[in-house]
Amino acid sequence: MRHYTDPMAHAPALPRGFELPMEPRLPRIGSVDAVALEERAATLAKRSIKKDSKLQAFDLAVRMMDLTTLEGADTPGKVAALCSKAMRPDPVDPSVPSVAAVCVYPNLVPVAVQRLRGSTVKVASVATAFPSGQSPLAVKLADVREAVAFGADEIDMVIDRGAFLSGRYAKVYDEIVQVKEACGEAHLKVILETGELGTYDNVRRASLLAMAAGADFIKTSTGKVSPAATLPVTLCMLEAIRDVHDETGRVVGMKPAGGIRTAKQAVQYLVVLHETLGLQWLTPDLFRFGASSLLNDVLMQIRKQKTGQYQSSDYFTLD
Amino acid sequence: MSRLPVRKTYKLFIGGAFPRSESGRTYEAEGQNVARASRKDARDAVVAARKAQPGWAAATAYNRGQVLYRIAEMMENRTADLAAVCSGKKEVEAAIDRVVWYAGWADKLAQVIGSANPVAGPYFNFSIPEPTGVVAVLAPEEPALGGLVSRLAPVLVGGNAAVVVASEAHPLAAIELAEAIATSDVPGGVVNILTGLTEELAPVLAGHMDVNALDLTGANGQVAELERLAADNVKRVVHGEVDEQSPWTIARFLEIKTVWHPIGQ
Amino acid sequence: MTELEQRRHAPVPALTEWDYAPAPEAREIVTLEKRYGLFIGGKFVKPRSGEWFPSISPSSEEKLAEVGQANGQDVNLAVKAARSAYEDGWSKLAPGERAKYLFRIARIVAERSRELAVLESLDGGKPIRESRDVDVPLAAAHFFYYAGWADKLEYAFPNRKPKPLGVAGQIIPWNFPLLMLAWKIAPALAAGNTVVLKPAETTPLSALLFADICRQAELPPGVVNIVTGDGRAGAALVQHDDVDKIAFTGSTEVGKAIQRELAGTDTKLTLELGGKAANIIFDDAALDQAVEGIVNGIYFNQGHVCCAGSRLLVQESIYEQTVAKLKRRLETLRLGDPLDKNTDIGAINSKMQLDKITELVESGKAEGAEIFQPACRLPEKGYWFAPTVFTNVAQSYRIAQEEIFGPVLSVLTFRTPEEAVEKANNTAYGLSAGVWTEKGSRILWMAERLRAGVVWANTFNRFDPASPFGGYKESGFGREGGRHGLEPYLRFDA
Repeated sequence: MRHYTDPMAHAPALPRGFELPMEPRLPRIGSVDAVALEERAATLAKRSIKKDSKLQAFDLAVRMMDLTTLEGADTPGKVAALCSKAMRPDPVDPSVPSVAAVCVYPNLVPVAVQRLRGSTVKVASVATAFPSGQSPLAVKLADVREAVAFGADEIDMVIDRGAFLSGRYAKVYDEIVQVKEACGEAHLKVILETGELGTYDNVRRASLLAMAAGADFIKTSTGKVSPAATLPVTLCMLEAIRDVHDETGRVVGMKPAGGIRTAKQAVQYLVVLHETLGLQWLTPDLFRFGASSLLNDVLMQIRKQKTGQYQSSDYFTLD
Repeated sequence: MSRLPVRKTYKLFIGGAFPRSESGRTYEAEGQNVARASRKDARDAVVAARKAQPGWAAATAYNRGQVLYRIAEMMENRTADLAAVCSGKKEVEAAIDRVVWYAGWADKLAQVIGSANPVAGPYFNFSIPEPTGVVAVLAPEEPALGGLVSRLAPVLVGGNAAVVVASEAHPLAAIELAEAIATSDVPGGVVNILTGLTEELAPVLAGHMDVNALDLTGANGQVAELERLAADNVKRVVHGEVDEQSPWTIARFLEIKTVWHPIGQ
Repeated sequence: MTELEQRRHAPVPALTEWDYAPAPEAREIVTLEKRYGLFIGGKFVKPRSGEWFPSISPSSEEKLAEVGQANGQDVNLAVKAARSAYEDGWSKLAPGERAKYLFRIARIVAERSRELAVLESLDGGKPIRESRDVDVPLAAAHFFYYAGWADKLEYAFPNRKPKPLGVAGQIIPWNFPLLMLAWKIAPALAAGNTVVLKPAETTPLSALLFADICRQAELPPGVVNIVTGDGRAGAALVQHDDVDKIAFTGSTEVGKAIQRELAGTDTKLTLELGGKAANIIFDDAALDQAVEGIVNGIYFNQGHVCCAGSRLLVQESIYEQTVAKLKRRLETLRLGDPLDKNTDIGAINSKMQLDKITELVESGKAEGAEIFQPACRLPEKGYWFAPTVFTNVAQSYRIAQEEIFGPVLSVLTFRTPEEAVEKANNTAYGLSAGVWTEKGSRILWMAERLRAGVVWANTFNRFDPASPFGGYKESGFGREGGRHGLEPYLRFDA
């Protein structure tokens, strides 16, 4: 049995002042003022971007999308249709790029892998007893290993919120480290489920914890709980990413998921990203949207920009 | 041949909408069939008030003041209609001015009723007024409009939601007022108006465990019984004057919260 | 497996540029006359002086309109109009009716808010986002708040029998033209006085539009009079012997001159003067939000704010981190056309002010401070200054002592709360201060000790009509806003 501290020894460099505790306590992580944070996000949401940049932004939003279906009722047929959409979102306009990935439950990974063969679209799988995370670690790790064996490129895990909210931060940390190991070559997104964490202080702590434990991406939500992604919570997480980068040079990505339905919102997220982390992060390698209905709205806006006319949803496929 | 007018149906005002009584009953008042509210309507009104009250209390005082001022604007617009169902234009104008008077208190109450308290120790200590919650109001029988407005405005200003039992003999002014309120950006449920028999409705509200305060200004003859019922959940019971206008009237429907915090490095 | 690798390793290039669009607010909503007379007795009249001067837009140097230069005669006529309006009507009006006039004005300001905001940005240079989201809404709110006091004075001052003073002369600055007008006129009228207001010479236009709003509200003639002009008009107003009260907001230097002028007279006086506020950041502050607060504290309205947080006192243990974040944040500030909704920093109000700022900044460099300015393209026409930070600043440097009234921040350090208080209070000014810490008891401890009329904790530059504002020491005396803001406009018989 591996010693509890072994994962810590292999953990990437930690932000200054953050010692991983033997008892659950988090020193000097810093706080977040909610009022000021929300105001800043609201001001950024009012930014207006150039018409040409708008088309670029919409194009980027498509390329950053993790097209998602996570329902009990998902079938191979449903996932196959989603994959077609992912590869060619707008059959009428071939200049619209493919999305970044499709995101599915582990059982549907083989279908997705097969359907997406030969394309640039990745397969992301949720795992670790998504969405609740309320299963023994052994089960969660097996969940990850199966998904990877099925061919998933990316794993979206959930943190144990029960452990986090009862102060057992070391358990949360340790699980992420072990999941990262189980991922092998697949890259790991850690879902914080910000809607359950209660405060921005907790969101910041969870972000720093996840990054310390080896997350490649930190992600807001499972999409199963409201509120899901919001601009202020995203800003809070991006600031944590910035602080880790300043301290250690480590580059971690971010994914807001759930609740982003319109192209206008997507652009607001990109503005927040740009103003906080700059051009370097404006790439699907470091930023993803977890969404489903967002794609059609972006396609409609792209067509509107190109033709000058407002569009109808009748002209875009529902997959 | 003269034109046949389309007559108004006088219904209740609950949750921002105008439903008939769930009992289907009406009674005749001032030559009209007026909805006769039942205990279940009273129950529904309290539910609507409770639902709406937190949002109303959480609005800024400035916003509440503006909404009340808007009620005055809408009443002014309906001066003729309101005058037709009360003693006349003078009563309407006085009622409008009273609403304006109370509107101006929303963002000043804390400055007059609250305080920073100089306690003997290194603590910052302040007292602020907060709304008590849902207030049941028995409107005075007369004046039909002025009496109701005088008792309703102070309840609303502080952030409470109200369930009003209108004057039994003169209910039309209350419904006319409800129409003005419905077009004044008042969130649905903050004001609810029940027309019907006071004797039937008052005890239901007085004994309701989810009503926080009771204004008995319009009660007739039942006062002792209503006060006894009110004791079941320690309601704040208020006996007001029909024509009073004072910030202390507002204060009757407010709680005072005092907060301590140490002062130190 | 190979396909997976291919998908995984196909790099997607990052965006190479990202640009905001000019998002200009339409100017057309404002109709400018070529010339505006003085607003006296409810009418626009030609100045007796026969003198006119231009009001120019500091972002483009374009002439917007001409306004009259009021001389002693004009001021006298205005005071007479105010006096007869007071005697004949306004003082006899039922307070509830007075309240309703003020409510009307509040509503009309809100209705014409876009027009007022655009005009304010054109005339003064401030970004439209500020005039639209801060100046104009607050102005409407001030009228709404004070309207409610007009018929409740006995509750504001129980047992004191409050009565109006009569005619108030009011002189306001160019940094928040309409808002300063509201801060002056609303309480004065609510208390039952009539007024003669002299707007700043570089920003008269929103006051003249306000005159039209008074007309729309059917305010009795002479209750509000607006006399435009330079310092001469202000001096005439101060020296007039039928003015019961003078209210002045502006520089400490002029404030002192007015105080000297009124010595030995019965005229009541309130002054709202300059400041050199300390914005104090402790090591446990919510740091990203604190940096936002610093930026808002000194760059909001181009630093043309009497209560600006122009001295950053940062706890030494987080000095490096804070300055790094601050400099990075400055890089994302957008300077440009005030009417562009994306603009953060607008134009400097006048050539004179620009020269002053430049002179003080040069002195900072000469005295040995280290200057930082983000790369900033300044437009060709107009008056502009890039946001500036000085580090290595000593308490004695002119940039740490004198009010710059521009987008220039001086950074100093401290080690303990006592030291922070000492340094913050070590100035002749005392208008405002900021404290950033997550510890509640420390906020209150600092607030207790800071000799400033306004203490902002974990926020900065927040204003509300219900919140009293005013200074200690050479930042002036008297309060504006809140119940306290009524007092300067009343006399008490008991």
